[in-house]
Amino acid sequence: MSGSAHPVGLSIREGTKVYPGTVALKEVDFDLRMGAVNVLVGENGAGKSTMMKVIAGVEQLTSGRVEMDGHEVNFHSTDDAEHHGIGIVFQELNLFPNLTVSENIFMAHEKTRLGIDIDAEAQRAETRALMRRLEHDIDPDTLVGDLKVGQQQIVEIAKSLSRDARILILDEPTSALSNAEVEILFRVIEELKAEGVGIVYISHRLEELIRVGDHITVLRDGVITGAQSMEGVDIPWIVRNMIGESSKDFAKEIDHPFGEEALRIEDMRLADSSGGFAVDGVSLSLRQGEILGIYGLMGAGRTELLEAIIGRHHHVTGDVWVHGEKMGKPRVADRIAKGLALIPEDRKHDGLVQILSIRENMTLSSVGAFTHGIHMDLEGERSRVADFVKRMVIKIASPENPVSALSGGNQQKVVISKALMTGPRVLLMDEPSRGIDIGAKAEVFRVMRQLAAEGLGIVFVTSDLEEVLSLSDRIIVMSNGRITGEFSKEEVTETKLVTASAVGHAPDRAERETA
Amino acid sequence: MTDSTVSPAATQAGSNHTLLLLLKARTFIALILVFVFFSIFAPNFLSTANMVIMSKHVALNAFLAIGMTFVIVSGGIDLSVGSIVGLCGMVAGYLLLNGIDIGLGWSVQFNTLEICLIVSLVGISIGALNGFLITKLNVAPFIATLGTLYIARGAAMLSSEGETFPNLTGNAEYGSQSYRLIGSGDFLGIPISIWMLIAVGLLAAYIAKRTPLGRFIYAVGGNERAAGLSGVKVTRVKYFVYMFSGFCAALVGIIISSQLVAAHPATGDTFELNAIAAAVLGGTSMSGGRGKIGGTIVGAFVIGVLSDGLVMMGVSAFWQTVIKGMVIIAAVVIDQAQQKVQAKVALQAQAAVGK
Repeated sequence: MSGSAHPVGLSIREGTKVYPGTVALKEVDFDLRMGAVNVLVGENGAGKSTMMKVIAGVEQLTSGRVEMDGHEVNFHSTDDAEHHGIGIVFQELNLFPNLTVSENIFMAHEKTRLGIDIDAEAQRAETRALMRRLEHDIDPDTLVGDLKVGQQQIVEIAKSLSRDARILILDEPTSALSNAEVEILFRVIEELKAEGVGIVYISHRLEELIRVGDHITVLRDGVITGAQSMEGVDIPWIVRNMIGESSKDFAKEIDHPFGEEALRIEDMRLADSSGGFAVDGVSLSLRQGEILGIYGLMGAGRTELLEAIIGRHHHVTGDVWVHGEKMGKPRVADRIAKGLALIPEDRKHDGLVQILSIRENMTLSSVGAFTHGIHMDLEGERSRVADFVKRMVIKIASPENPVSALSGGNQQKVVISKALMTGPRVLLMDEPSRGIDIGAKAEVFRVMRQLAAEGLGIVFVTSDLEEVLSLSDRIIVMSNGRITGEFSKEEVTETKLVTASAVGHAPDRAERETA
Repeated sequence: MTDSTVSPAATQAGSNHTLLLLLKARTFIALILVFVFFSIFAPNFLSTANMVIMSKHVALNAFLAIGMTFVIVSGGIDLSVGSIVGLCGMVAGYLLLNGIDIGLGWSVQFNTLEICLIVSLVGISIGALNGFLITKLNVAPFIATLGTLYIARGAAMLSSEGETFPNLTGNAEYGSQSYRLIGSGDFLGIPISIWMLIAVGLLAAYIAKRTPLGRFIYAVGGNERAAGLSGVKVTRVKYFVYMFSGFCAALVGIIISSQLVAAHPATGDTFELNAIAAAVLGGTSMSGGRGKIGGTIVGAFVIGVLSDGLVMMGVSAFWQTVIKGMVIIAAVVIDQAQQKVQAKVALQAQAAVGK
């Protein structure tokens, strides 16, 4: 397990990557060792994914260089990186749901006769072999869209395996896998290691990292704060390097009493595309001034739950009450009028109209507030926007610039402003800290606290344990569309949350019942 | 950039701003260039008579292009407007000649205003049908309006078995003799159809800029999911744009039948393509979310002036078509350049704040 046993296969020297508004990487020096698992940890937005995108050729460094076997290399595209034997499994899956498993695995690398005719039979055979290796019984001719998220992740991994990658980057590969599937993945990783493949493993599950890793690199705000072999590394060491000495302070300043019930959901059910339920009989209640955290893994149905509450999905059963008033048919506009507001998880696709200006995005949900008859008072709109820009501390050159020019944190503040402009009584926040830097994160949390103190009820979804523990007054854990645990602030522990979030992912009945 | 020290970055940003301004005004600049060119090379181009004729030609396309702009900004496309023009002309002609036979031995006749209202209603209904197909039945806009294109054209042919309705002079007895004035009359020396264009243009520009509906059209075209989650009633917005487009097409149907004093069922063939061209020339993005009514009207003028001017210069019709195509492609290429510069300017300004 000593460093010398694992030769360095790729290294980054003084790598800096600047995005508009943020510096994602600051002069990092990173060594990727072959025949070993190089573990990469850091909080959301610490720069892990950026660094991997640089290695995989998705992004290019602003300054600094990438070296392989002592030579400087420039990857202008993922193709370039692939020629150098680098494969990556992204956190967000890059599959074609309309194509079959084997078609996906051999996308752009089709096995052909004479370069034209696709040899489907050979592809199928190899797909079967790959699936056997991954111990999954997935038919090569199934459409990827019909697979569960966990199975899709397996397909993604198989895709990288099929390319015989010498360096394999796995960005949170286990986020949607069950325990049994994780075990299989670990076995495959051991095999690959023995073959001399260099693996980069990114995960938020610290126990997993310690178990599987040989070398660890910790990132914080784009800077490497710790890099060493795994010997002697324990969870406190990782946490210290991840968070730094000045631990994040989301602590509640003042205790305030909760008011009346602000939101009640009864037996909500939403069917998913594969015949099951994305939200399966969820009931919950939220009081004014309360922050309710919903913890769970990817695909647990948290996003769908919030979307069902706001009225995005039409075929939903179950009732929603806001301040004792029963909501009618699921229509987003009506529910916003009744005091609900959603801050979606996916800013780019659900939160913002990228092509429009910051001003137009901010007021999109609340144009009624400055409209007389059919006439919009643009002067009034501008002053409202200026007011919120100041209140939310949004850094912008001009509210007339397109919202796409902003950094993630500022974009998120625009989305939050949009929701707050409707004067909501219940705020639904889906991963409010995703993809924003630590400063913006702290400000978002400060705003949440302040809003709760003002009497707003807040439901927020997160996959970050620390966040959910420090922000919530009460925590609900979801798994497979169901509520699998509910804890008050006093009784909750990390272990309880993690255990509850794995319920239903366990392969056998016995484990499910003990959980 | 307001301080007195001029750094290289600031001059760079300054030149970008100038470039951006030029790019933004490109359609207008093109219009001026075309105008100057033809006033030098085409005889009688600047005569009042020619101006009136040309503006009448341009108006027809401009109406359609205004309606088309809203549709394209909302992320859709409306191929049916040319056929709606034809059908609406036929409906107007039929009503003028025959009225409606209600089967009781006599027929109901209408005056000019009533005819205009009924015809507008026909155009709006076809637009509503487009909206229904696209929102409720989830048909892609291209296909839905392609379908109504054929349906409306077929209906126009059926209405007269392919014949022309001639001599639409109206009847003083029924109060429809004033129908001719829509196409041929003028007020203060300016044709009625131009006054109508001014009214519709101002109305559309007002909707786009100062009403929530206008804002929603842009939002739906920019990102339908985000707009829906923000509480925008996407379905209603889509219904509106197609109905408005249908209304604009109906107006054109009325004007043409009045100008020609006849209605032919093939009228308006391929008009939709000219309307799309004018909108694109005026800076409307085919992927939705971006476009201005003013730009579209200028775009319609560029196309109109170009084709009339080329005719006056005696350029062959075949070459005209080629030139029109090149102008449209050039417009889109320049538009791409503008987007790039614009994004750069915004990023620079934002980077200055971020520091």
